[in-house]
Amino acid sequence: MDGFETTINILVGTIRAGTPLVFAALGELITEKAGVLNLGVEGMMLVGAVSGFIVTVLTGSPYLGILAAIAAGVLMALIFGGLTQFLLTNQVATGLALTIFGVGLSAFIGLNYIGTPIQGLQPIAIPGLSEIPVIGPLLFNHDFLIYLSIALLVLVSWFLYKTRAGLILRAVGESHDAAHAIGYSVVKIRLLAIMFGGGMGGLAGAYLSLVYTPQWAENMTAGRGWIALALVVFATWRPARVLIGAYLFGGITILSLHVQAAGDSVSSALSIIPNPVGEWILAVINSSHLLATLPYLATVVVLALISRDATKIRLNAPASLGRPFHPGA
Amino acid sequence: MLKLKSWRSVVAGLGVVAMAMALSYGAVRADGHEKLKVGFVYVSPIGDAGWTFQHDLGRKAIEEKFGDKVATTYVESVAEGPDAERVIRQLAADGNQLIFTTSFGYMNPTIKVAKQFPKVTFAHSSGYKRADNVSTYLARFYEGRYLAGIIAGKMTKSNTLGYVAAFPIPEVVRGINAFARGVRSVNPDAQVRVVWVSSWYDPGKEREAAETLIAQGADVLMQHTDSTAVVQAAQDRGVFAVGYHSDMSKYGPKAHLTASTHVWDQFYIDKVQAVIDGTAKSDDTWGGLGAGMVQMSPLGDMVPEDVRKLVEAARGEIAAGNLHPFAGPVLDNKGETKVPEGQNITDKGLLTMQFYVDGVVGDLPK
Repeated sequence: MDGFETTINILVGTIRAGTPLVFAALGELITEKAGVLNLGVEGMMLVGAVSGFIVTVLTGSPYLGILAAIAAGVLMALIFGGLTQFLLTNQVATGLALTIFGVGLSAFIGLNYIGTPIQGLQPIAIPGLSEIPVIGPLLFNHDFLIYLSIALLVLVSWFLYKTRAGLILRAVGESHDAAHAIGYSVVKIRLLAIMFGGGMGGLAGAYLSLVYTPQWAENMTAGRGWIALALVVFATWRPARVLIGAYLFGGITILSLHVQAAGDSVSSALSIIPNPVGEWILAVINSSHLLATLPYLATVVVLALISRDATKIRLNAPASLGRPFHPGA
Repeated sequence: MLKLKSWRSVVAGLGVVAMAMALSYGAVRADGHEKLKVGFVYVSPIGDAGWTFQHDLGRKAIEEKFGDKVATTYVESVAEGPDAERVIRQLAADGNQLIFTTSFGYMNPTIKVAKQFPKVTFAHSSGYKRADNVSTYLARFYEGRYLAGIIAGKMTKSNTLGYVAAFPIPEVVRGINAFARGVRSVNPDAQVRVVWVSSWYDPGKEREAAETLIAQGADVLMQHTDSTAVVQAAQDRGVFAVGYHSDMSKYGPKAHLTASTHVWDQFYIDKVQAVIDGTAKSDDTWGGLGAGMVQMSPLGDMVPEDVRKLVEAARGEIAAGNLHPFAGPVLDNKGETKVPEGQNITDKGLLTMQFYVDGVVGDLPK
């Protein structure tokens, strides 16, 4: 196997592993930009995953499944929205509850669908372009959700920074009192943002159950919802950085697998690196546990680096994040 | 307030009485004898394939065999740790006289509860601690993996075999080595590449591990993880795979060569019979192909006749005790002799195995 092909494989794997994180994190980004912290991403993803899967089994169409997953995510988000926006419950507690609820609910409704095989969403090779060496397999031979994730990223960026609606959304997130004072309906805007977050969470779940591993299994998100939450901070609430963070996380995951499978050839390649650095890298590679922590470790390190610059965080973090708003108060 | 409180306690009291009546009613047979109540603790949902699914088949076999002489109950998705202790104690307190705890992490809770319920018989799977009323049991999975290795060694064209593994503990390492020994017994040039995913169950990561191995040239995949993602990946990429726990052929009909499965039916039936007869004692069961605790699921159509014969012959030899997957000489992949010629590895050697045999690529993670 030549190194070139391996590199392509790693990059393609990176995009696949990163895409569900892109969806979920973009949704949460919009929610947080409106000043709402929804920790229920994992729960919304799971309910989206199971709903998308069941509808695909019943109708045979993964596209209907994706729509169902989005709808299910929105419904889950509405539970959160109703509780936090109208009943003014604590957002952190409600979000955690939503995740726990989602884990249980998805397990319950998916009980009869565990192990049902389906035909997942297939990649669409763009004619002509996908034949180009290197760039072809890398950019033009994916399932449509991957193209969608890039399109949504552009759309979200444009919406937030180039439209009046995006400006209003950010205003609500910065100071709900000010936004309220000049006549914007804070609750309505936040509810819409929460629903968008839910839909994206559902979509991320559908990516897992319909594309990544076309099956339903309890708890199949395996913590990706929490990674998505971390990515939003990691990206300092900037959409483009969400993409970088997601691919970085996915890339390190995939890379660590490739390093293991290559085994001996990696250790001989590393022998050119002078000790003790070479030895140190080798020690990490030879411990599967350490290797498995690398993506998380990298996230923590970058988070720590970003947080060192307190002004940056303060400039980008929505000032009203997590604070309840009551119009009468 | 006081009124409300007392009203509540009355209701609660009534509830307890009603429950106790219901329970005792359920446990008494028409002829006045008590049913033997048998409890199971499962670590994951039963699902459609996998570790817990196989144990639940064993539970159903008991019901089938003993009919209304037994009443079985199970609790699924019980986390290892304090939660397990609570569940096991509850089962014992509910009058179960025989309790099977089916995950390694239930070991200490089982021993602890067993001390408090000396009249209840416990059987714990995959642990090493026993007590007067606690037996242990496990299957020699590595025998099945050796047979899978024979098939894989014959089916590979690239001479590269991929292995998706969970954690580098002796149980898993033993499986990798048995597989490699099976492969090498028919194909001395083939190599086994291992990817550790550090999880028993993460379909996404197992899938990526499988894709990685395929990208590195593997054309037969083996797994020691719990999901069906590896078989699915093999199906999508046009390579072969060997399932684990249960027959996984419906996830990849073109890819599924066979699956190394474990069958607990007979063991569970024997244990129940022993408790009914009053002859149950604390022992350790480690059965393999011979005892029927390890079985291969039906071989896929792509496996040619000569390979089928080869596998069947090896199966017979192992079952009869004439062939040991770790018969000496056993060399590790650095060339050091681990078991000299003319000897078989001891059970202790199997239980503490921490090296790769010849044929596995790379270093065993510590």
